[in-house]
Amino acid sequence: MDTTLLSIAILFPLLGFLINTFFGKNLSKTVVGIISSSTVALAFIITLSQFIALQNGADPTKHVWFDWIRVKDFTVDFAFYYDQLSILWLLFVTGIGSLIHIYSTSYMKEDTNFHKFFSYLNLFIFFMMILVTGSNLLVMFIGWEGVGLCSYLLIGFWYQNQDYNDAAKKAFIMNRVGDLGFLIGAFVLLHLFGTLDFIELREHTEYASLGASLSLLSIATLGLFIGATGKSAQLPLFTWLPDAMAGPTPVSALIHAATMVTAGIFLITRMNFIFDLTPSIQNLIAVIGALTALVAASIALVQNDIKKVLAYSTVSQLGLMFLALGLGAYEIAVFHVITHAFFKACLFLGSGSVIHAINGEQDMRHMGGLKNTMKITYITFLVSSLAISGIPPLSGFFSKDEILLSAFHENKVLWIIASFASILTAFYMFRLVFLTFFNKFRGTKEQENHLQESPTPMTLPLIVLAFLAAVGGLISFPGSSWLNSFLAPVITKNALSHPHQLGTTEYILMVLAVVGALVGIGYAYTKYIKNKHVPVNDNNIPGIQKLLVEKYYIDSIYQFLIVQPLNYLGNFFKKNVEVLISSMVSGFGFVANELSYQAKKSQNGNIGLYLFVFVIGVSAILYYLFIAN
Amino acid sequence: MNISLLLLIYLVGAIATFASGKNNARTVAIVISFIGAIFWLVFYGQIQSATVLTESYTWIDSLNIKLSFLVDGLSYNMLGLCALLLPIILLTTNQQQFKNAHILYSLVLFMTFAMCGTFMAIDGFLYYIFWELALIPIFFIGLLWGNDEFRIRKKTMITFFIYTFAGSLFMLIAFVYLYAKVGSFNWNVLKSAALSVREANWIYLAFFLAYAIKIPVFPFHTWQANTYEKSPAIGTMLLSGIMLKMGLYSILRWQLPLTQGVEKSIVNTIVVLCIIGVIYASLIALRQNHIKRLLAYSSMAHVGLIAAGAYTNSFDGTQGAIIQMLAHGFVVVGLFYIAEIIHSRYQTYLISEMGGIRQQATKFSSFFLILVFASVGLPGTFSFIGEFTLLYSLYDMNIWYAIFGGTTIILGAYYMLKMFQHSMLGNVNENTFTDINTKEFVLLTVLVVVIIGLGFYPNPVYKIISLTPIL
Repeated sequence: MDTTLLSIAILFPLLGFLINTFFGKNLSKTVVGIISSSTVALAFIITLSQFIALQNGADPTKHVWFDWIRVKDFTVDFAFYYDQLSILWLLFVTGIGSLIHIYSTSYMKEDTNFHKFFSYLNLFIFFMMILVTGSNLLVMFIGWEGVGLCSYLLIGFWYQNQDYNDAAKKAFIMNRVGDLGFLIGAFVLLHLFGTLDFIELREHTEYASLGASLSLLSIATLGLFIGATGKSAQLPLFTWLPDAMAGPTPVSALIHAATMVTAGIFLITRMNFIFDLTPSIQNLIAVIGALTALVAASIALVQNDIKKVLAYSTVSQLGLMFLALGLGAYEIAVFHVITHAFFKACLFLGSGSVIHAINGEQDMRHMGGLKNTMKITYITFLVSSLAISGIPPLSGFFSKDEILLSAFHENKVLWIIASFASILTAFYMFRLVFLTFFNKFRGTKEQENHLQESPTPMTLPLIVLAFLAAVGGLISFPGSSWLNSFLAPVITKNALSHPHQLGTTEYILMVLAVVGALVGIGYAYTKYIKNKHVPVNDNNIPGIQKLLVEKYYIDSIYQFLIVQPLNYLGNFFKKNVEVLISSMVSGFGFVANELSYQAKKSQNGNIGLYLFVFVIGVSAILYYLFIAN
Repeated sequence: MNISLLLLIYLVGAIATFASGKNNARTVAIVISFIGAIFWLVFYGQIQSATVLTESYTWIDSLNIKLSFLVDGLSYNMLGLCALLLPIILLTTNQQQFKNAHILYSLVLFMTFAMCGTFMAIDGFLYYIFWELALIPIFFIGLLWGNDEFRIRKKTMITFFIYTFAGSLFMLIAFVYLYAKVGSFNWNVLKSAALSVREANWIYLAFFLAYAIKIPVFPFHTWQANTYEKSPAIGTMLLSGIMLKMGLYSILRWQLPLTQGVEKSIVNTIVVLCIIGVIYASLIALRQNHIKRLLAYSSMAHVGLIAAGAYTNSFDGTQGAIIQMLAHGFVVVGLFYIAEIIHSRYQTYLISEMGGIRQQATKFSSFFLILVFASVGLPGTFSFIGEFTLLYSLYDMNIWYAIFGGTTIILGAYYMLKMFQHSMLGNVNENTFTDINTKEFVLLTVLVVVIIGLGFYPNPVYKIISLTPIL
């Protein structure tokens, strides 16, 4: 591996960030866009060349830049590790990143803070690259929190709106809850193995007899998993992601769908050899993943904001990936990460194209009939929707099906939950497609007159992503999986060591899954095309739907159980405890004052008396110190 | 060349500043502060080769008290904090800002002299004198140049003075007791005093009381927010940036080495107390509308964590404490400067009267945001390294300490981002806010470069820390 080239690749987006931050204001938007996009594109090209080298047998390489943090007996290096996993992740981060940069040059054209947007976007790519290439948990943590920072900046990009700022703040704080888990996990590992380096940790866990420390190890994996639930928006820390849709749509596509939110999956895959040792935590991951998939999919059923549907869909799909991780099927999780990145980025950018066309409108009730005016957006959106619904031979079918198959073999309950979530997915996706693109346009006349397809910089990325969403399944075709063999060196208990055969059961399950998806789509068709149903106002919704609209009241519960008590406690401390403590302090002062008032009477200026008392005092102290002891 | 000359620079500087008169005082003080900083930098190489610099001069022979100084990695770091922050703090002020400027600047230099003396003195008696000496200038700075009505701030400053002074008396008793036992105030001799567990416990607690008030540790903190609020910006920066570290430094230099035999249960109790303070102060910070008070409580939360780490009396705790003292110094001075810049434009410290500044002052806003994220310990800032090491030292003692102490990373983000949101974001403020001028830009840049530079490349600091024999 050419470490110099890869270092340059990592530094390129940073350079873009610096240029746009310091000079962006004085540069034209075109120049800003070109600088920003090309730094990411160059990083992509370098990554691609190294990917090919790796594919041709180059060895994974660790590249130490310098010593960074010292703890008692050892040093944490500022170092990068280029292996199959990190290069693969780099490849789609920079690849999709480039496309979204290009898309944004058009999408953000009217914005006065254009250069700022691109500098944040570049900074994000930089941190994301550090996240995936860091050779130990702490360098990874720089990226981990760095992308959180960028996410904060970009969610609150339109900072005049305090609701958006609230969403940005919420995202950062909820992530920090996870980050504490991450740190505790790191502490345990540091304590047990004296290193946080992935290669060394792997060696330690392979050769050391762990015995008694296994329960401690569970704390470590639990902590890291909590970190992952924050970043990847899993139960119970997922409510920030739908709110994060406050950011510009390209941000939702890049950060909150394709790349950053997959960091939790990356973390667990990176540490697979440790998670394998703690089956109880793996079970927890599988259960949380399946539940998240179902909960989020059910909420998506009743959302009317086009981006919110996609956001809950993302949470749900991430849940499926965690299910795979929990089942120990790391390659499959990665597979789904990649296909999901393709189709979900395409869907988000597609929704951006729609929003762009109708002047910022995001409510699907005011859309409709767009397939005629926005052909490219419609077709690419349809392809991606079919992919996420699991219709063969599109990519989502393969990756999702593998997850369902693994679940079936391990645990039937999880399989049922995940399958049900998949049916819901097909339904809400086509609810979205039908409401947006079919029937008549339901917006204003003014909007209708301006309807037109988005410009090429926006449609081109859509086409590329839709193409990838269609054919992406090829990287792990059942029976001959390129992905499984590529990732084999990274994953200790890899798929090659225990391949499962495709038998009759598997084929029946596949057919079942496809039928389920078709049922979902069919139901959406009857409801929204045949019966031309349009969702009603949120306030008039009865029963169980109300529960879904209110997102199971999870945010209200957090408000009631955590935020309010903290604020109440803060007020109580501020208004009561502080006063109490200071009055106690003054109490001492008061007593001293009284004593001194009494003593004042003796202070009559008689120096002889002072000296006398002084001598007595000193003698008493000396007596106590030397004789009494 | 002797490093104790640094003391002389500040002492002579204080006199020279006073003598230079109202109009030149600020310039003279700034020049002196730069001489101090350069002097400190010159010793960087020397201390690398010598490891420990010591000096001793006879003083009060009859009582076996000497003018002894020792500068190892720990002291050198603290001196650096003084010497490097002082020029920045002085430069934040403006010409013509203060009445009787020559007295003020002379007091500032005298205070620096006393603080540096505290960090160098290795004779307990000498150390104690420096320790108390540092209190007097800051008392007058707050009293005479502070905010609010004289009557109110007089009350605040007197409370502060008496409270900290009273705490120090317990330390004095501890010193006298030890002196009575070994007949010397020399650190090495005091350290080897054979103490029973009971004696060690009491001395430990006496020291604790003095330092807990100074730092401050919950529940000995009630002087702090008022004092920070009433002091002029320059006083607040000196207090929070440097002076409170006298307490933390003293834990490492005096309290822990002199009371090796202390019972584990007492140590545990104190660590828990520090952690309670972290959470307590964070929750109060959440409810503050006055930006200086908010920063005061946030500062209390941060130093609570430093104190907790220091009290673990472990390698990592000590190292983390040293790093975080530096990091906190730079960050908190920056944040108080930010508060002052807003005050100079809007004449208010109340967050509810701010808002909508970002659009008008993008440069200022960027610096503010960087400092906010440095304060919450984002990796890549120096504070992260300190916080990580401190929390790890707590983990080594008890995992729950790390978990509860670690809530600071969540709560810190909560109150800091809330503060930023309500002071800077939202609809454009009707009142114009002029973006920072060149001087403000340069000062903030220096702080930010130090914070981020050391966040990625802390090696120069580690090099100094490794010269600390008590580690």
